[in-house]
Amino acid sequence: MTTATADRKLTAKDFQVPFPNDWCPGCGDFGILNSLQQAFARLGLEAHRIAVVGGIGCSGKAPYYFPVYGVHTLHGRLLPFAQGIKLANPEMTVVGVGGDGDGLGIGAGHFVHAGRRNIDMTYIMFNNEVYGLTKGQAAPTLALGLQTKSLSSPNIQGQLNPLMMAMTVGFTWIGRGYSYNVKKVTDLIVQAIEHPGMSFLDILQPCPTYNNLHTKDWYAGKDLDSGQPRVYWLEDTDYDPLVPEGADDAVLNAKASDFMARVHEWGAEIPAGVFLDNRSTTTFAERIETRIGNYREQPPNKRSIADENGKPTADLTTLFDELRMT
Amino acid sequence: MNNKNNDLAWRVGGPQGSGVDTAAGIFQRACAVGGLSVLGRREYYSNIMGRHSYFDVRVSHRPVHVHRDRVQLLTTFESESLARHAVSVIEGGALFYAAKDTDVEVTEITYLDPRAKQDLIAYLEERGLPPTMAGVLEDARDRGVQTYEADYDQIVQLLADDLNVAHALAARTMNTLAVAMSLALVEYQRKYVYEALEKTWPGRQKIIDLNVAAVDLAYAFVRDTYDTSMFEYRLTPSDVKEPCILLNGNQAVAMGKIAAGMTFQSYYPISPATDESVYLEAHTTFPAGNGDEGSVLVVQTEDEISAVCMAAGAALTGARSATATSGPGFALMAEGLGWAGNNEVPLVITLYQRGGPSTGLPTRSEQGDLWFALNAGHGEFPRIVLASGDLDEAFYDAAEAFNYADRYQTVVVHILDKTLSSKTMTMPPYDLEKITIDRGEIATPDPDNKLFPRFAVTESGISPRPLLGTPGGMHWLTGGEHTPVGRVTEDPVVREAQMEKRMRKMETAAREIPIDEKLRIYGDPDAAFTILSWGSNKGGIREAMEQLAEEGIAARLVQVRLMSPFPTPELEELFASATPLVAVEANFSGQLAQVLRQHTGIACDHLVVKYNGRPMSGRELHEAFKSIHEGNAETKIVLRNPNE
Repeated sequence: MTTATADRKLTAKDFQVPFPNDWCPGCGDFGILNSLQQAFARLGLEAHRIAVVGGIGCSGKAPYYFPVYGVHTLHGRLLPFAQGIKLANPEMTVVGVGGDGDGLGIGAGHFVHAGRRNIDMTYIMFNNEVYGLTKGQAAPTLALGLQTKSLSSPNIQGQLNPLMMAMTVGFTWIGRGYSYNVKKVTDLIVQAIEHPGMSFLDILQPCPTYNNLHTKDWYAGKDLDSGQPRVYWLEDTDYDPLVPEGADDAVLNAKASDFMARVHEWGAEIPAGVFLDNRSTTTFAERIETRIGNYREQPPNKRSIADENGKPTADLTTLFDELRMT
Repeated sequence: MNNKNNDLAWRVGGPQGSGVDTAAGIFQRACAVGGLSVLGRREYYSNIMGRHSYFDVRVSHRPVHVHRDRVQLLTTFESESLARHAVSVIEGGALFYAAKDTDVEVTEITYLDPRAKQDLIAYLEERGLPPTMAGVLEDARDRGVQTYEADYDQIVQLLADDLNVAHALAARTMNTLAVAMSLALVEYQRKYVYEALEKTWPGRQKIIDLNVAAVDLAYAFVRDTYDTSMFEYRLTPSDVKEPCILLNGNQAVAMGKIAAGMTFQSYYPISPATDESVYLEAHTTFPAGNGDEGSVLVVQTEDEISAVCMAAGAALTGARSATATSGPGFALMAEGLGWAGNNEVPLVITLYQRGGPSTGLPTRSEQGDLWFALNAGHGEFPRIVLASGDLDEAFYDAAEAFNYADRYQTVVVHILDKTLSSKTMTMPPYDLEKITIDRGEIATPDPDNKLFPRFAVTESGISPRPLLGTPGGMHWLTGGEHTPVGRVTEDPVVREAQMEKRMRKMETAAREIPIDEKLRIYGDPDAAFTILSWGSNKGGIREAMEQLAEEGIAARLVQVRLMSPFPTPELEELFASATPLVAVEANFSGQLAQVLRQHTGIACDHLVVKYNGRPMSGRELHEAFKSIHEGNAETKIVLRNPNE
């Protein structure tokens, strides 16, 4: 959910900054950046209501390229920072941006538990199968046996499937895109942000400097007989990602089966688009409201805690009464 | 100190899960509702059921601040408590023991540590006594302790018969029976015990009635069974009853945070910090003046790294935010701490020290983390470290920590320990009039502004801070070195300016924070004999100094509270006339003594340390100070007690 209150039609230019970008030429990050700027414009978001929260890595620098509250956090930790911001100020649109190494290596624990909370925010993973900023080590998404140019021998660790993981841990909107399909990715980002819950968008991208296997040409299918791009779109099939509001576990489990069938597809055909759109799970804000009735009206950042004389508004009488002896 | 009325130290022991805490709670409340001052000290194992736990309640006509390690009255239901604690009962004291335990051999006591077993057997052997509870009891009697045998089964059956209920039901009053037997022995008016029961089980009339019957039975039983004339200690309720609450350190800190307007706490469970967050969760909403409802959002995270990062994120939006943890958790927070310090985020971290290193002694106390609190996190960034010494400070410091965080825009480590967290005391309700809320310099940018210099270089080092979400306040935040608008930079000149600006805040803080917040002086302010200490040792030191004063020996305690920025000029001045200068610390190395030397060049003449995981008593401190005064003490004195 977002609050779109800008007073004129915005364009991507409104979300650009007059500072130079230091990503490598041809980096997939540029496409994603472009898509994000277009998405913010299409949603009509006000700059001061957006927090772009990055991890550490090339992708983690994305916050610097928006004129919003950009937060460049710690390696693997963007999700806790982002959740803290959103929980304390629910009016903000919070978008996490980080790499696959950041998110599924060091950040794997936080990935899992963010899924349990279903806080209303968006997490975009810039997925290039390597640790770019540290010069090309294998990331958790690189398949067993593959050897990219920085590796002195083939990778001996198995790979994680981000979509599979997101489903298992409870993300309620799951999508995948490819960084060079700027229009499609913009659509996906808009949907992810509008989804009232925890959204995960896995964006495949080439790393022209360190991933010499899954390059732009590879994604374009240049080596295939068909010569067609490897990525195909689920919306062009009969795949239905929707789990409607009120659906029970049986529906969710049935959807999980469809999901599983697609999620392992790789190679000549790589599915992209919306894999899951689950409206049946309560959001964290709804759960908080069962404990703090006026959470939305008076979130943590807005509460009045002092009177005009700087004296606490909190009244501890009932707390003292519980402990009262005389 | 020789008055036998209203000066009692009582101890109850038993396996965890058997109601030791419940018993201690009833005893404390009974004394408190009678207008007496109560102090509780809880010792427990890192275990849920079965291992040994004990609770000391000290009762007095006036407030007391430290436990006694030698008690007047001990109540036991099983052999482990008898084996462990009989030796700590003083001459003229008394103990209750279970008849069935007499023949138990020391070697049969499952959870008594091998070392303790060996030592006890040797102790009994030296005295020509058998290695059994009978031997322990005879030793007690030889030392002038009254031993009162109780057949608890029989007593429970008497109650069952009286009430015409099953034995099993009557047996559920076991803890009450034990407490009441002790209070009967000291001839305490039983109506206060009834009141304690009502406070223990509010609204649960059936349980209260059952336990009231148990109290009556216990009082009659003691009167009819024992010669109580040989035990001279008594408790008499006070006519004067000031308003008073009974609480522990975790609760004191939690309430201080609520008073200060904290609205967000993220945490991961860890002893001895957990109970603070659990208390906050149980009080997530509360009245907030004008009929409003105040609240604190408490989030249990997946680990401490998430806890510190989430709290930092929340703090960026302007919510007063904190986390609470202990050593192992704080270790995980080091990186997050650095990010917050680098980004000038107001963040409070409550650190309850426990025995270290590593997993250490999870449920025991120590002051081993001062160096860590001062230095955690790579690189150099400003931080405030504030150490509380008692439950009064714990509340007000917890609140003031947020003012420091907001004013100086940095991390504040509020450092306490397990002793304070589990210490219970009767106190007057805290006075919120003493608290003022200062949010520091919050920026109010022009809403049409596109970029705001969050880290503008200023003379004080403090820059106006736009809260996330504020129109016109946009800037970046980064763990990297940054320009005034927060963009990452490696420029040498900008780097120097930012480093100097951040560190300048510490100078500002050192100038502005009043001396009474930095340190406090107790005892004779003109005395040359100077004790340097911090944290929970305060209670024992003050009691020891009182005793020294009675013996004509003048001494003063300088309690350091603000560890960072360190009160260097103030201490240099104070210690110019100190001789001897005696550091008292619950750690191995004398961490504060070394920090003092680091900042001032002043070396302490003596170091009195304790690192067995248990708190210092007035008695052992007095002994150490006396020997120093008499000139026959080692430079480093280690306080040891194998029986606690």
